[in-house]
Amino acid sequence: MNAAVLIGVMALATALLRFLPFLVFKKQTPPYIAYLGRVLPSATIGMLVIYCLKDVNVLSASHGLPELIAGGCVVGLQAWKRNSLLSILAGTAIYMLLIQAVFSL
Amino acid sequence: MKKAFIKSVPVMAGYVVLGIGFGILLRNAGYGLPYALAMAALIYAGSMQYVGVGLITGGASVLTALLTTVMVNARHLFYSISMIDRYKDAGKYKPYMIFALTDETYSLLCDGETPAGENPHRYRFFVSLFNQCYWVAGCVLGSLLGAVLPFSAAGIEFSMTALFIASFTEQWLRTRDRLPALTGLLGTLLCLLLFGPERFLIPAMLLITGVLTIFRGREAEKQ
Repeated sequence: MNAAVLIGVMALATALLRFLPFLVFKKQTPPYIAYLGRVLPSATIGMLVIYCLKDVNVLSASHGLPELIAGGCVVGLQAWKRNSLLSILAGTAIYMLLIQAVFSL
Repeated sequence: MKKAFIKSVPVMAGYVVLGIGFGILLRNAGYGLPYALAMAALIYAGSMQYVGVGLITGGASVLTALLTTVMVNARHLFYSISMIDRYKDAGKYKPYMIFALTDETYSLLCDGETPAGENPHRYRFFVSLFNQCYWVAGCVLGSLLGAVLPFSAAGIEFSMTALFIASFTEQWLRTRDRLPALTGLLGTLLCLLLFGPERFLIPAMLLITGVLTIFRGREAEKQ
């Protein structure tokens, strides 16, 4: 599909999600929606972690080792320093180093 | 406006850096400045833009793009829900404030405090606007940098993975109820194994929503 069309769809859908509650729930939020609001955000993050790793093939080439090592560093750094920006920057740098200098040999 | 700027400063570093990562990623995928600018200005949702690069390069269908956006950005429904009262009388500022209600803007404004002597709506409007300026600047900078980077950017796409792993870890450490996070992680993994990397996302969304709906019943029984 055309990139411009997809950008339009993503923009409209995002805006719709942001505006919808202001249009619909002027008084009270239904309990089921409120429940989904509590649980869906963290479930979605879990889903996105898998989405990002969907093309890793453990049977070939690097066996997913760069992803495992760099991902482990992100988890460790985040648990240690609780600074997302630091974890993301360090993890990405480690991954780039691994695939460009270590696993490319 | 000065106070709004001071309030927004903590978001500046994060948005500029993540925006640069996004701009480089999009440039490497073959889409230059106009696309980076359009996405930063019109979508203005960090994680969705990262996921969007994959959708665009993968030639996703409109339906997949729509459902993925709904799933990735569903949390915005709940940011908006919690701001209904607060934004009620914002008048001319209101439409933009709703459009620009990102994770970071929400995190700055959710305490509901505004400086004494300032129009609270004007103040929130400018916090929202400054944040988007940082984001757009980062995305544009990344797009330009991506074209002239002195070293290979191979592997830069891991910044998206790292972003989600860091959020996952942070949530894991912060909450006691880990069932939703585990459902998202394992349910998606199961669907990936069952349906393959091209078409697992929609089944995963259905499975996650279904499982969490079932567990809601159990939660109610316990009470």
